[in-house]
Amino acid sequence: MSQAYVLGGNRIPFARSNGAYASSSNLEMLTTAFDGLAARYGLAGQPLGEVAAGAVLKHSKDFNLTREAVLGSAFESSTPAYDVQQACATGLETVWGLSNKIRLGQMDSAVAGGVDSASDAPIVVSEGLRRSLLELARAKTLKQRLAAVSKLRPADIKPAAPTTGEPRTGLSMGEHQAITTAAWEISREDQDELALASHKNLAAAYERGFFDDLLTGFRGLGKDNNLRADSTLEKLGGLNPVFGRNLPEEATMTAGNSTPLTDGASAVLLGNREWADDHQLTPLARVVDAQTAAVDFVQGEEGLLMAPAYAVPRLLERNNLELKDFDYYEIHEAFASTVLCHLKAWESEEFAREKLGRQTAVGSIDRSKLNVNGSSLAAGHPFAATGGRIVATLAKQLHESAQETGKAQRGLISVCAAGGLGVTMILEADQPTR
Amino acid sequence: MKDSYAQIVNSSVGKKVAGALGLPQPVELRRYAPGQDLLNDRKVLVVGGQSADGLAETLLDWNLEVRRHPESRTRYGAIIADFTDAATPADLQNGALAVGAALRSLGTCGRVIVLGRSTDHEDDESSPELVATQKAVEGFMRSLAHEMRKGSTCNLLKLAPELGPEHESVQGPLKFLLSARSAYISGQPLSVDPAKPHTVEADAPVDGKVAVVTGAARGIGEAIVRRLHDDGAELILVDVPAAGEALSKVANSVNGVALQLDITQKDAGSKIAETARKHFGHLDIVIHNAGITRDKMLANMDENKWGSVLAVNLASQLAMNRQLLDSGALGPNPRVVSLASTSGIAGNRGQTNYGASKAGIIGMVSAMAVDFAQAGGTVNAVAPGFIETEMTKAMPTVTREVARRLNSLQQGGKPEDVAQAVGFLASNAAAGINGQTLRVCGQSMVGA
Repeated sequence: MSQAYVLGGNRIPFARSNGAYASSSNLEMLTTAFDGLAARYGLAGQPLGEVAAGAVLKHSKDFNLTREAVLGSAFESSTPAYDVQQACATGLETVWGLSNKIRLGQMDSAVAGGVDSASDAPIVVSEGLRRSLLELARAKTLKQRLAAVSKLRPADIKPAAPTTGEPRTGLSMGEHQAITTAAWEISREDQDELALASHKNLAAAYERGFFDDLLTGFRGLGKDNNLRADSTLEKLGGLNPVFGRNLPEEATMTAGNSTPLTDGASAVLLGNREWADDHQLTPLARVVDAQTAAVDFVQGEEGLLMAPAYAVPRLLERNNLELKDFDYYEIHEAFASTVLCHLKAWESEEFAREKLGRQTAVGSIDRSKLNVNGSSLAAGHPFAATGGRIVATLAKQLHESAQETGKAQRGLISVCAAGGLGVTMILEADQPTR
Repeated sequence: MKDSYAQIVNSSVGKKVAGALGLPQPVELRRYAPGQDLLNDRKVLVVGGQSADGLAETLLDWNLEVRRHPESRTRYGAIIADFTDAATPADLQNGALAVGAALRSLGTCGRVIVLGRSTDHEDDESSPELVATQKAVEGFMRSLAHEMRKGSTCNLLKLAPELGPEHESVQGPLKFLLSARSAYISGQPLSVDPAKPHTVEADAPVDGKVAVVTGAARGIGEAIVRRLHDDGAELILVDVPAAGEALSKVANSVNGVALQLDITQKDAGSKIAETARKHFGHLDIVIHNAGITRDKMLANMDENKWGSVLAVNLASQLAMNRQLLDSGALGPNPRVVSLASTSGIAGNRGQTNYGASKAGIIGMVSAMAVDFAQAGGTVNAVAPGFIETEMTKAMPTVTREVARRLNSLQQGGKPEDVAQAVGFLASNAAAGINGQTLRVCGQSMVGA
């Protein structure tokens, strides 16, 4: 079987919603991310195996979003494309699917990506209005038309506001996580510390020019505008809780330790070694394996965002690895407490016994290896774009680190998603040949 | 941007009114297009003694008709006046007056090329008479350039002592100054030394070369990118990450490689060399175009405004040139072209920082000429005058209109004009030109 490598990445800076990109569509942002990738690696007009990307908040007119973005971009127009939609795991799922096609020898190169705009979100008409309009369209006689219109009620005119709430529980993601946070007894201080580290690490990465070849400026932004390089524990500690205020336990989740709604797009270039060589590109990291999982959050059996806690042990087992066997960990910070819940679950023997059917705890990690270039709390989280951000960032970090140490480097990615989903992946930078 | 005044005076009514009032009457300059004739009119009058005879063959090769004596009722595309043999003031008169007699026969966007001698060579023991005479040739050229009309230009090539006008090293610069590529260059001297390799290719002078252009996302940088691409080069485009959106669009349109980089970073030169090596194997051409202005009167200047301009415009180039020379990534005949400014020559109110940085560039190319010659290459600068860009579009209307007209061509230049000069210096046609600063300003009287 051939190997699939991450060859590079590109994203636009992430922007808090209703700000810098308020008037930018998903199509425009994804196209820009593709164009930046093509420009960085000289891919304009070059044939590619396939492009896959997606958006979580998607207009129905964007039924072929990725293909449309390819057509509008500098990529060769005959590049096939398809859309993926798996909530916040969309980006990572596209990397997984495309790298598998490369590993099977079905193609030599691909671009994976994702985009989301919480600003340019679809607004849906009410269910009553929708039914009446459809009935009106079907009506053939005046009488039928009048009958259809007569069913309209004033309340039907009000559009359904866009929401990130879970369809089956009606609870927002934050409220779901608040329940999990309380159950795992995650303290406010620990959450704020994780948020602070995210900002500090992201700021430091910008400072040393780490993102110069991972990012393309857009609409005048050169870096993520959610980043607060001067944040402190005092500032974060002063924020009022926004989630879990109706729970019996103390509410701990604030706007500072939760990700904001964000706009942005990302893309990852994948290819086998021959294709990389032909295009003078350096393989950064190999896609080793991936694992998905889902949990039953509807009946309250497990927390909405806990699926990665299940996916990771399965991924480790299949690859004969332990949790400590990684040089870097990228755990998506949907909320600071999500990351902390996962870590606590992996350290818990009880969780291992009762939920995973293992004798021993999964293990613990060296926190200095976690999200070393910042994560979603600082960068922001345009849902489907986060996977691409993480894959490209980690791949570059692994490659740099392999060059510096002369040793192979291994990284773990974990992304939680709505619907009780989670996707995890292992990337590895080979030992440099000298 | 649109030059409304030029449009009005070029209409039939406008022409009469402007003529009657003695107002400036700029003509639309003839600019380069692939495959076009070298000159508007094929006839070239060559003025000068025996030394000019060798030129005829070169000019015939370029599909021109050569005349050694003025003819009545004819129109010349160019007049070439050879003063390379002039050693005393008395040697100037015949040639100068012969040019004068033919001037009325010079067609629209015609060319006067004066050939003289450079006398500042180290081992040179030129007599005071010779030095004075050749300096007089330069003065003659500068004043004549002010008298040119209808978009015509006048420039000087100062040949090294051992070079005859027909020498291969002279052909590239001569052809450039004759061609429409030099549309906005007038009143300028260029010294030419013997050098290899030299080519006089017209339509793809940098074919197959690998070039890096900084500040490539817009304006003059973008024009340079397009020029070098059209002239056959492979491109690496550099700009700051915040300009990434525009940069990637330009890069993709020329099938180039975008490199987002703050050129004031310590290792910027190494990063450029590394990118060139990775994508193309080596680097032939470096265009230092990135620059910023932070205008303030010196009394109001702060550390940040002074420091950032000097860091971006000057210190970064010194560091990058050093790193590129040391990198081993440069090809066998590297060409470096830096963007200076006429503000760096005559200074400009409110631009002590900018003027200092751009004058520094002129010093830098002069001082590094030896280093690059040892590497088989050259380093030169181009100093643009008033160029129609987004930056000059933002100037107050009256200031802009004055700056536009106060030059011998009575109009602003285009980014393309600067790009042509850069492209010429980046090509092997300019192999004999090193350490110099070429002004592209229409012989501006502002910042002169």
